[in-house]
Amino acid sequence: MTKLKVATCSLAGCFGCHMSLLDIDEKLFELVKAVEFDRSPITDIKHCGPCDIGIVEGGVCNAENVHVLKEFRRNCRILVAMGACAITGGIPALRNNVDLWDCFQEVYHYGIGLEKGQIPNDPELPLPFDRVHPINEVVRIDYFLPGCPPPADAIWKFLTDLAAGREPKLDYDMLHYD
Amino acid sequence: MTKTFTLDGKVIPFEEGETIMEAAAAAGVYIPHLCHHPEFKPHGSCKLCTVNIGGRLGAACTNRAAEGMKVESETEALNADRRALTQMLFVEGNHICPSCEKSGNCQLQAVAYHLGMLTPHFTHFYPARDVDASHPDVLLERNRCILCELCVRASRDVDGKNVFGIGGRGIKARLIVNSASGRLADTDMSVTDRAAEVCPTGAIIRKRHGFTVPIGQRLYDHHDIAEVPVAGMERPKK
Repeated sequence: MTKLKVATCSLAGCFGCHMSLLDIDEKLFELVKAVEFDRSPITDIKHCGPCDIGIVEGGVCNAENVHVLKEFRRNCRILVAMGACAITGGIPALRNNVDLWDCFQEVYHYGIGLEKGQIPNDPELPLPFDRVHPINEVVRIDYFLPGCPPPADAIWKFLTDLAAGREPKLDYDMLHYD
Repeated sequence: MTKTFTLDGKVIPFEEGETIMEAAAAAGVYIPHLCHHPEFKPHGSCKLCTVNIGGRLGAACTNRAAEGMKVESETEALNADRRALTQMLFVEGNHICPSCEKSGNCQLQAVAYHLGMLTPHFTHFYPARDVDASHPDVLLERNRCILCELCVRASRDVDGKNVFGIGGRGIKARLIVNSASGRLADTDMSVTDRAAEVCPTGAIIRKRHGFTVPIGQRLYDHHDIAEVPVAGMERPKK
């Protein structure tokens, strides 16, 4: 049986959705029988290659996020937005009505315990955006899996439905925005 | 003889003067809604309760039931429209569920769950809205306001205080407070007011009560909003 190739990444997120993916526990053994991971925190591959399913956690908050997201869209047959940040901007989007410079000042100059803080300006750092955006505002998304994070059972159900060629369907208890 | 109409083929009895919403609720049939509440005059603004009444569309909360009327509610087309309306409500405000203490008890969220909304779909507005934390017991979080005017009606019709109003028009419409300073602390609003309880979202919340019931054990965490209709929707006993 040909294994499905799956890639995952975290943009402006907290990696909580990935932790929820790991929370499917012993079923991970079943999962790896059917799935081969491309780029993901498990493999540490830097660039996403051609894949069946791409799972994106987190919203878009800087130029690198756009780059990664477009690479995923180019390479993944099915692209899934996983979690509140990818779907609505989530907690990072709480900064959307705060001036970006004020944000930096708060974090790097006035933060508790900071003295003579410096705002990082290395040219290798990606350009931050003034707003955080959900990923469907940048590329086309095929499926949305809500939750903060989505429950492990929801991720399992979603992935097994997709892998089996079924339209993914969540039971009421698995559908949460928080 | 009892008068009846049909709702999705089911025979619904009604009393003269009742709206479709009132008769349906009394019969235990849920029609999605947000701005409607049985204690207050119908408002007809959220349009979620739009039903097909003999071939034309109308709000179930404002249209009166009539003998022999044929009403459709749970159709794929109407629910698709309801889902789109709910998605618009999500993108027009700042509804960040993971950061909201009303999450799990929120009717906006519950209606979205009921309709199977997986994404707000439309481009987010991320509007800049004020938070008013001036009152000692009540927090006004305008980011979550859907302009249903339930607080306006509760304050005016039940509390007799006229604390709230809607100012501005269209996309600039916003919840305003009736005091010279515009601050909630400078009104005679009390935490025991009906207006402090009736908000369907987390826009008006009582302070220091947010996590009395943990997230995951709340009203809509395990029960579809159709299973737990708003108290008072049943027909008053004679």
